[in-house]
Amino acid sequence: MELVLSIGIGVLIGSGVWLLFRPRTYQLIIGLSLIAYGVNLFIFSMGRLKVAAPPVLTSSAAVNPADYADPIPQALVLTAIVIGFATTALFLVVLLVSRGLTGSDHVDGREPS
Amino acid sequence: MDWAAHLVIAPILLPLLTGAALLLIDERRHVLKAGLNVASTIALMLVAIVLLDFANTPTASNTAATSVYLLGNWPAPFGIVLVLDRLAALMLVLTSMLAVAAIVYSLARWHRSGPHFHTLFQLLLMGVNGAFLTGDLFNLFVFFEVMLASSYGLMLHGSGQARVKAGLHYIVVNLAASSLFLIGVAMIYGVTGTLNMADLALRIGAVPASDRMLLDAGAGILGIAFLVKAGMWPLGFWLPTAYNAAAAPVAAIFAILSKVGVYVLLRLSPLLFGVEAGASSGFGDSWLLVGGMATIAFGAIGVLASQAKGRLAGYYILISSGTMLASIGIANVSATAGALYYMVSSTLAISAFFLLIELIDRVQDPSAGVLAITLDAYGEDIEEEEAEEEIGVAIPATLAILGVSFAACGLLLAGLPPLSGFIGKFAILTALLNPEGLTEGGSLSPATWAFVTLLVLSGLAAMISLTRAGIQAFWAPIEGIVPRVLLMEIAPIAFLLSLCVGLTIFGGPVMRYMDQTAQSLHVPQTYIRDVMTAPRVEATAPAAPKVTP
Repeated sequence: MELVLSIGIGVLIGSGVWLLFRPRTYQLIIGLSLIAYGVNLFIFSMGRLKVAAPPVLTSSAAVNPADYADPIPQALVLTAIVIGFATTALFLVVLLVSRGLTGSDHVDGREPS
Repeated sequence: MDWAAHLVIAPILLPLLTGAALLLIDERRHVLKAGLNVASTIALMLVAIVLLDFANTPTASNTAATSVYLLGNWPAPFGIVLVLDRLAALMLVLTSMLAVAAIVYSLARWHRSGPHFHTLFQLLLMGVNGAFLTGDLFNLFVFFEVMLASSYGLMLHGSGQARVKAGLHYIVVNLAASSLFLIGVAMIYGVTGTLNMADLALRIGAVPASDRMLLDAGAGILGIAFLVKAGMWPLGFWLPTAYNAAAAPVAAIFAILSKVGVYVLLRLSPLLFGVEAGASSGFGDSWLLVGGMATIAFGAIGVLASQAKGRLAGYYILISSGTMLASIGIANVSATAGALYYMVSSTLAISAFFLLIELIDRVQDPSAGVLAITLDAYGEDIEEEEAEEEIGVAIPATLAILGVSFAACGLLLAGLPPLSGFIGKFAILTALLNPEGLTEGGSLSPATWAFVTLLVLSGLAAMISLTRAGIQAFWAPIEGIVPRVLLMEIAPIAFLLSLCVGLTIFGGPVMRYMDQTAQSLHVPQTYIRDVMTAPRVEATAPAAPKVTP
């Protein structure tokens, strides 16, 4: 599972970085989204990978923390997803405005001559 | 808990509520919206000043002048905390003063050139204040995003092709930096298991050697996110273009945004990587020093090369950031104190300069660029300007006032006496040349000499570029009518500059405050103790259950 997750994060971030260096705004937004996915998985993995372990304590009695998944990275991921989604949407609007104003989807607003 | 304790959260709640309320008011009622915004911003400034007073006067129960606000009443390492200490209070005051100046300036015409200006402005303030107050890394991220999201909106305020293009670059760079921020935070959490800054400082010394590399990598990635914001070379190429494209009042408030990055480094670097950090002690300091110096050099070359005054101002921000970063890298109490003084002075001056250059460009070429957008705003403005000028007077009052302001900005930015820019630079230089206090002997490292040289040369570069800009603006022949400059446009500039004069006159008390701030930054034990032992509010005893017969 560790291998699959690390390869997944690597591929997502690698493709995202590649796209980020491309000159078209559409490539940028896809690149940023892929990076955001990779980052979210990465945050999740920082709580250590555990299978079938609940993150929330169910009883107030003393428990062994090792039986539970770390809830904080999960909460962080939720926040990061929401924020990432909002900023991506905002960027999409700017992208469309730029396309509308300049008639070009190049990041500099004009085709390279 | 009395009202004073709850005041700590006011700098976040007040802009949030005002911003939300402004959203509900129709866009056409701009007088009402502007009134609310100005009232709220001024209230924020008063709150910030009261908080500064709190932070500066230790009470019996609170000797370290650190107020900790436990949100949700969870004890510190588990719950989210807001921490108000001297540094945070100083930044809050600085932000609110820039905000007042920017918002008053925008009332002349800018606030009407796009929707939701007032809401975005308030949310920006909320994000900035939150970033200064939070004592928790992830909350810092959230407030950073609030700040950035509203800055994206403000960046595009007024629209136009140049702004959209610069805004696009600005957004992409900052979104990528936010991803780095998250990766850094996640790595630090993965190694230490905490996000609370004070708790982190306690645990960093105990990190096993096998995890040390991961921790350093996390801190480095996190640092890059802040350095992008602060504009360190080679991460700051986006900054002059973006700030140049932004509308004048927006650029004036953006002057604080790069200082948010500097603030976080100033907070975290001594706290996490001080003496207590064991093997990681001093991590990143040499990077900050070298990077800061490179930024100063880049900024100095930039100001010499820039013709447009907006770009000029952007490069002054880089010089200011570079000076701050290098001073943090020196990691010396008196250098930090000088840098803090310099930061306040240079931020105020740059902000005033951003406002001023728009007016100067208007004098110079009434029909050019920015003015074309809202040329019609001239005629219909009800607010009268400060004096009726006779057309054709050799040096009209408008020009004289602008000239004096420009000269004051020049002195502040170049760091010449008698204004506060000089005192700030002098304090840094003294600290550099006498790292052990005023004693004889001792030797200085080549890096310190390089920093001293760069600091002096950057002042020279600023002087040359400002002289050139001033000659072009004021001594070049003026054709046609000198346009009217409204009182509410010149008043914010005068306000910011008089603050700098105040900084100069009250240099002693201000410098003492900065010294104490720097002390508590470099010896963070009281900060850590105060945060970790912050008392919870005891629940008021529930009413005794009625005994039913």
